[in-house]
Amino acid sequence: MIKKLTSVIEWSTLLFSTGIVCLFLIIILWDLISKGAPSLSWEFVSTLPREGMTKGGILPAIIGTVLLTMITALVAVPFGISCAIYLNEYASDNWLTRLIRACIRNLAGVPSIIYGLFGLALFVQGLQMGTSLMSAGFTLGLLSLPYIIITTEEALRRIPASTREAALAVGATQFESIIDVVLPSALPGILTGVVLTLSRAAGETAPILFTGVAFYINNPSGFLNQEFMSLPYHLYMLSTQHQAIEEVRPLAYGTALVLIIVVFLLNLTAFYIRYKHSKNE
Amino acid sequence: MNKDDIKLSASSVNLWFGKKQVLKDINISFPKNQITALIGPSGCGKSTLLRCFNRMHDLSPDARIEGEFLLEQRDLYERGLSVTEVRSRIGMVFQKANPFPKSIYENINYGLKINDVPKEKRQDIIENALKESYIWEEVKDEMQKPATRLSGGQQQRLCIARAVSLRPEVILMDEPCSALDPLSTLKIEELIVKLKKDYTIIIVTHNMQQAQRVADKTVFMYLGEIIEEGDTNTLFSDPKNDLTANYVKGHFG
Ligand SMILES: Nc1ncnc2c1ncn2[C@@H]1O[C@H](COP(=O)(O)OP(=O)(O)O)[C@@H](O)[C@H]1O
Ligand SMILES: [Mg+2]
Repeated sequence: MIKKLTSVIEWSTLLFSTGIVCLFLIIILWDLISKGAPSLSWEFVSTLPREGMTKGGILPAIIGTVLLTMITALVAVPFGISCAIYLNEYASDNWLTRLIRACIRNLAGVPSIIYGLFGLALFVQGLQMGTSLMSAGFTLGLLSLPYIIITTEEALRRIPASTREAALAVGATQFESIIDVVLPSALPGILTGVVLTLSRAAGETAPILFTGVAFYINNPSGFLNQEFMSLPYHLYMLSTQHQAIEEVRPLAYGTALVLIIVVFLLNLTAFYIRYKHSKNE
Repeated sequence: MNKDDIKLSASSVNLWFGKKQVLKDINISFPKNQITALIGPSGCGKSTLLRCFNRMHDLSPDARIEGEFLLEQRDLYERGLSVTEVRSRIGMVFQKANPFPKSIYENINYGLKINDVPKEKRQDIIENALKESYIWEEVKDEMQKPATRLSGGQQQRLCIARAVSLRPEVILMDEPCSALDPLSTLKIEELIVKLKKDYTIIIVTHNMQQAQRVADKTVFMYLGEIIEEGDTNTLFSDPKNDLTANYVKGHFG
């Protein structure tokens, strides 16, 4: 009787927590969609802002965020995955590797504004790259590295030794076994980590604040060596810094919705790759 | 035993994992085209010994090996011999079936590919390996199906086919049936006996009946040492050592 009662309590606590989380998600989405959807139009996503941001679209911000995320991925994904492979597959378990791992974990906890300052010092000034798309992308790449390393290492660790041994036993070198068997098996886990990290990076403002983002540029393109607009920063400006905040509120919601959609598309790609992969398992 | 009949041998082998000595002064030889069973209580070092022969310990930094391993006259750990060559001449089948997370076809093809078998020859080799492992009839129509969808017994036969496809001289099997149901076990045992005409087989097993059903020679290990070895029938019916006698009667294990 007592047992049954506690199990009902446990069950309902879990259900309640899940419910609360879903509720918040639904409220946020509902708020965004109901207020943002009216601003969405072909014009909104395909034209430049006009009349001091009160009219027109957000094309430069969309292009900026997409390009920025790509640069971030180009920096963080290859290096992050290589580093994780080294740590998990090659490095022996000694104090040095443990120290490196601890450092990586700590880096993942460093506030993003610190990365912004570091990017300013290293890329913008040190390497003379100026405030530019490239500087900002590299800064976000650095920010994303530790997350990608940690999640990739986690995914690699879940592949059992017997899978590696299967490849070695037919005469594969260690490198071949990693490339041909271990990485493909770990792909879903790695991909999840990469997408979560990039989604987070796409929504960051602090690291790009000093390294390249601009409130307004009057052309849609993103040149690597020029300043750029980005969705989260545009959203921040529209909601807090604009002289006619009430007037641009719908545009702010529209921008937020577009940002969510961009991130959602990123997740959808990963979902599709994982789905195709699971059919081969 | 005539020297020419010995396929594989180990002499004065000691092995440590860190400070712990796991194999102690092992001297053993495996006759050509025969099945040798390694038996003994778990933790006595059967897998560890088996894995010395295809150099599976190469990647564990805390393993230290002393002694000599010969494949016919060739030292398996000699400098001029690459570990990948050793492994293509000495195949292995593991305790838990471990097909690659790829299609049935690709499971066999992969080993051929990395051993530089020309493309035009592979189709025949794959088919023959699957036939030799008595799984061809069950999979011939769905070669592109993921191997992980096969039953446990089928997966293990696929793993045997994968090993066989490389035409190794020796096949090492580490408790290949321990995760299988009795019917699949019988199928694999039949297969092992049939493979003996082409390969030298060493099989680790927990199952005393299995050793008696398949093995020509049986080796009993205890705490990292070889206690007794000999013709399977003799070892089971007339063990010389008390430990062996107790173990084969099932008094401990
Ligand atoms: N990689 C390893 N590192 C440290 N100890 C190990 C390792 N592999 C096996 N051992 C130890 O070596 C002993 C023999 O193991 P094993 O050869 O697997 O026994 P068996 O196959 O006979 O059951 C066990 O005590 C085991 O704990
Ligand atoms: Mg074992």
